[in-house]
Amino acid sequence: MSAQLIREKEKIIKQKRIALTGNHAVALAVKMARAEVIAAYPITPQTPVVEKLAEYVNNGELDAEYIPVEAEHSAMSAVIGASAMGARTFTETSSQGLGHMYENLPIAVGMRLPIIMGMAVRTYSAPINVWGDYSDVMSMRELGWIIYITQNAQEAFDTIIQAYRVAEDSRVHLPAVVAYDGFWTSHVLQPLDVPEDEEEVIRFAPITRSWVKLDLDNPAQLGAVGTPEWYWEIRWQAVEALRGSTKVIEEVDNEFGRRFGRRYGLVSPYMLDDAEIAIVTYGSVYGLVKKAVNKLRSEGVRAGALRLRVIRPWPGDLIAKYLGNVDKIMVIDRTINHGGPLYGPMATEIATTVQRPVYNVLATIGMRAIDSDMIYEAAMKVYRGLWAPGVPYTVGLRGGYE
Amino acid sequence: MKVAEEYPGLYEYANFELPQEELFLPGHGLCASCTIGVIARHMLKVLGPDTIVVNPTGCAEVSTVVYPRTNWAVPWIHVAFGNGGSVASGIEAAIKVLKRRGVIDPNRKINIVVFAGDGGTADIGFQALSGMLERGHKVIYVMYDNEGYMNTGIQRSGTTPFGASTTTAPAGKKVPGNVTHKKPMVAIAAAHGIPYAATANPAYVHDMVYKFKKAAEADGPAFLHILQSCTPGWRFEPKYAIRVLELATETGYWVNYEIDHGEFRVTVPVPKRKPVKCFLQLQGRFRHLKPEEIDTIQALIDKDVAEINRIVGREVIGPVDPGLECLTPRGAR
Ligand SMILES: Cc1ncc(C[n+]2csc(CCOP(=O)(O)OP(=O)(O)O)c2C)c(N)n1
Repeated sequence: MSAQLIREKEKIIKQKRIALTGNHAVALAVKMARAEVIAAYPITPQTPVVEKLAEYVNNGELDAEYIPVEAEHSAMSAVIGASAMGARTFTETSSQGLGHMYENLPIAVGMRLPIIMGMAVRTYSAPINVWGDYSDVMSMRELGWIIYITQNAQEAFDTIIQAYRVAEDSRVHLPAVVAYDGFWTSHVLQPLDVPEDEEEVIRFAPITRSWVKLDLDNPAQLGAVGTPEWYWEIRWQAVEALRGSTKVIEEVDNEFGRRFGRRYGLVSPYMLDDAEIAIVTYGSVYGLVKKAVNKLRSEGVRAGALRLRVIRPWPGDLIAKYLGNVDKIMVIDRTINHGGPLYGPMATEIATTVQRPVYNVLATIGMRAIDSDMIYEAAMKVYRGLWAPGVPYTVGLRGGYE
Repeated sequence: MKVAEEYPGLYEYANFELPQEELFLPGHGLCASCTIGVIARHMLKVLGPDTIVVNPTGCAEVSTVVYPRTNWAVPWIHVAFGNGGSVASGIEAAIKVLKRRGVIDPNRKINIVVFAGDGGTADIGFQALSGMLERGHKVIYVMYDNEGYMNTGIQRSGTTPFGASTTTAPAGKKVPGNVTHKKPMVAIAAAHGIPYAATANPAYVHDMVYKFKKAAEADGPAFLHILQSCTPGWRFEPKYAIRVLELATETGYWVNYEIDHGEFRVTVPVPKRKPVKCFLQLQGRFRHLKPEEIDTIQALIDKDVAEINRIVGREVIGPVDPGLECLTPRGAR
């Protein structure tokens, strides 16, 4: 687990350890955050989340309206409507489901609605592949959503709760997505610490209703025509809100740490202080990366790692600080930016951030399994100067660039 | 479907007073004589200030809410073109839970209305509409039907009539304009088993406002299909905006009816019909039609009228009387 342990034990609320899959951990967080309107449509691998939420609502465990919509376009539309009315909302999707929602994603941003969406990541068709890679969530990068990428069930649970508090903060008012690995996190049973008293969650993240709403006593028009005289200024407010949300995300993470005993940061560094080679990645493979780093260290290579947790807003200063003095930066991307300057989106962004070429490695595409030895070998090639920066390499691809 | 016992005639329901207060404000950017304004204004007079308007993309949206101005004195939201039904579903669900949680006064009666064009309803928004109706959200869905995508420049839609020339179904040497006929939206909506579905026509304003009232009182989703004349799209002189709508009803091209809890009722009977030519010849979009093509349209209408009379069990829409003048002076109907 990448959470940094907090010492002030006395402030930490009582928790019990249970075991849940990543998907069910997310559903539990949504329930504890007392979401009011949930609209969703099934798609592998996120389906168990919305099934569990439907169960909570039908059992009377969660007082919410569950709208079993006829498609994802409507799921996002319905949560936009509900959020515009002032309700705390949740939806979840993956892959083609996100594609089907797409038109409405920038609208949630422009209307400044604090919608929370979960995402058990999955690659895009074709060929049809229901398995986990980051094609879906990476295709949201330009839209203005806050994007969290979590590493395991615990972090997904904690981040959903944090995300409600961040999104509904009056300095932010933006939608947020919490992503986690399809299958490797969504379907794997993991230990999970949850508050004994569920109320702690709503105490930490009370529903603010502070955003602009459809208020009968004070009518507002949401989604008006923004002529060229106005559009840019209005949109720019969303741009600035996203930039400013960095501070709120950190504040909320810190306070979550004080109360719940776990905090994650915008990025998670590992042995970077004296590193000459750094492996950067996101999602659940970070565990394998750390294992590879340990092996490299045991062989005298000063290796380190960095996990990206919040990719929008982009924590550039922090990344530059952690990676600025590292000779060789190898970024493992888990989705392909077809025909892009590098082939990995995060490699491109890291290269821009540190203002020099990075080593771009693609892995786990379509959930092709890798192990820590493969990462170790790739890092060794980089370390020995066998690979060049600024060009794409692949790990685990038959006939790929190695 | 059951047929109603009695058949109240035109204006029978006009015995409730509309408030003076205007909630659809003047100063909009709709075209001269556009009847969207007539529909919206009367709709809000009936529904009142506790109404939330969901307005999918189209003429109504782009010409009434251009930031920083608005013509709606009620909360209004535009999300996208194809999702009026689902946005309203979310709003309705939110109101339910917010009333339960004491955020909104549980006794407050709030109308949610989707105000959508024919494209946003019969085409791209069809699925969202169907989902909303099927799930039973208590929403009034008002489809204003100008028989085309007028906002983007007169393209055909699923409710464009046979023979109309549009920019994506232009009248040419081979094809006489649009080759499909109007999608029967009220029948489709009613087939979802909703409590109230009706057609209306702003030229018959009392009938229309009565239907808004019934839609608001319905114990579930209500669907209103309202014909709306469009000067640039139909190509008539602005002064004929209401007259052309009257002709739609007088020719049987458009029948005003309702399906109230499964009971079918024609609300504006037409004892003698004018030939459909009267409706067509006022409009540029039909100007290219040859006599045979006009006959085809007349036959389509005769068939629809026969079906309505069959359902009702008597001749509620009468036969064509070629002796009637097309443009009788107003009031001399
Ligand atoms: C997804 C999508 N496709 C296309 C458009 C372009 N568009 C805007 S309005 C419109 C037509 C609207 O037609 P209708 O619903 O009949 O309303 P009207 O313009 O006649 O009022 C179209 C095609 C859009 N806004 N969104």
